[in-house]
Amino acid sequence: MQYRGSHEIVVLSGKGGTGKTSIAASLAALAKDMAVAADCDVEAANMHLLLKPDIEQEIDFYSGQYAVVRQDLCDLCGLCKRKCRFGAISIREERCHIDPVDCEGCGYCARICPKGAIEMKPVNSGKVFTSQNRLHMPMVHASLHTGRGNSGKLVAKVKAEAGALAKKHNKPFIIIDGPPGIGCPAISSLSGADLVILVAEPAASGIHDLRRLTEVVKKLNHKMACVVNKCDINKEKTSELKDLLNQQHILHLADLPFDETFTRAIMAEKTMAEMPSPIKHTLIKIWKTIQTHLSEH
Amino acid sequence: MTIAIASGKGGTGKTWLATNLAAFLSQSQPVLLIDMDVEEPNDHIFIGGDTVNTLDAHRMIPAWDKNKCTFCGECSGNCNFNAIIQLHKTIAIFDQLCHGCFACAELCPTKALTMRPHQIGKVTETVKGNLRLIEGCLNPSEEQPVPLIHQLHQMAKLNHGRFPVHLYDCPPGTSCPVVEATKHADYVILVTEPTPFGLNDIHLAVQTMRLLGKEFGVVINRDGIGDNQVEAYCLKEKIKILGKIPFHRQIAEVCCRGELMYNHPVIAKKLQNIINAIPRKS
Repeated sequence: MQYRGSHEIVVLSGKGGTGKTSIAASLAALAKDMAVAADCDVEAANMHLLLKPDIEQEIDFYSGQYAVVRQDLCDLCGLCKRKCRFGAISIREERCHIDPVDCEGCGYCARICPKGAIEMKPVNSGKVFTSQNRLHMPMVHASLHTGRGNSGKLVAKVKAEAGALAKKHNKPFIIIDGPPGIGCPAISSLSGADLVILVAEPAASGIHDLRRLTEVVKKLNHKMACVVNKCDINKEKTSELKDLLNQQHILHLADLPFDETFTRAIMAEKTMAEMPSPIKHTLIKIWKTIQTHLSEH
Repeated sequence: MTIAIASGKGGTGKTWLATNLAAFLSQSQPVLLIDMDVEEPNDHIFIGGDTVNTLDAHRMIPAWDKNKCTFCGECSGNCNFNAIIQLHKTIAIFDQLCHGCFACAELCPTKALTMRPHQIGKVTETVKGNLRLIEGCLNPSEEQPVPLIHQLHQMAKLNHGRFPVHLYDCPPGTSCPVVEATKHADYVILVTEPTPFGLNDIHLAVQTMRLLGKEFGVVINRDGIGDNQVEAYCLKEKIKILGKIPFHRQIAEVCCRGELMYNHPVIAKKLQNIINAIPRKS
């Protein structure tokens, strides 16, 4: 069969801990023969804990630069320190120090150093792993090295690798576990998304965060659908949340109860789609709706 | 003393702990709480209070003056972030890629680029009794939280001395926003939960704090939902467990309503124990 490109489904929430990973991994398990799984929460990846990838390839990810002083050339003139906008440069005990954590890698100091004493070096900012997971699906995940920046670019790399795997294995879907927040990693995870699945909680903070996320997704013109998690914890907030979905014409996929299946699955290191529970049937329905929706639009 | 509340994983209860600790402590002393999770700030929901000050947050980006430009190409060559590209007789500036290093403007031979403030969000100050909350809120579609967090630190500095306790509610993750938010903290509380996810992420958060040379301890939230592996990890790594907050559906319900619980006798005791367990700066 000819490869016709794949549908990218990105699971996001704005607020952390609403159940993105549990739901993304469950959808992946339901779609297993048809999909590639990808974890774009590169700062705190968890999907691999449920899907147990058998790593086939480990790719070093380089992104950006950091400045290093050659002490033998430096005459301590202090120009770099005055020009650095990030407070990364200090002169102590007759030595010029550049803090690699504070350095943004702009290279301004290296360009203006009268002695040519500053070198820019590439930053090894993380690793990308491609694998077959325990459900025999192709999978991509990553880990950002501690304290490093550029997580948005690492997200883009994970997505690129997932796209390549989908093409290679002729998979019509890519299921992506997204990062929390609405900043650079979240925006990066959205590029090319065919459908954004929002996982929302009927909580004061959950609704506040979801509203901000939908603004971002709308501006980027992606379609959205929503799973309401812990729907029975606060009736008032649940109806407030549903009003928000209505107003914004966001497809309401299903309600999931505040249920220990989430934790039980995590403790068993399985997806909820593999646990005997009513939630499994709701998830099957959600996956069917998603497929129908993507084929119709 | 400045205490940052952080975690690797999102949704472990950072905001819950930060707001309840702040309200609890403010019963006996002035407390400054800063919401540094500028992508999704929530502290105001729990604290309420009266707004006393609102201001815009900015970062600096270049503006181009075509009358002064000779199209020499220096600026795009000097930008390490590909934020400036010279097209035929025009200079395109990509705001979201700019890191504000000033190299393009300061090194432009004809001064055709000047750095101008670009509004990225808002800072709101609210007061409730002894508690002052400063919250940063990034505009949706702005990609860079760090300059806004930087501005929050500057505001914290202005308030220094007036508040014996500063509490910072940090963003999730392990990269630049967390590094920026915990930068000036004397002590970091890492909040996690007793599950394989919590274990995986506390390990990452610990690595980050060790890299930054921070003193830290752990609070285990939703204690009872999982196993004791986080505790075993902390024991092995000689990491202080400051306290445990039990899992209870009622806590989740109160939290969903956007309400605090520091008045509840069981919670008050837990909060006091956490505070007592934090080593005092000598």
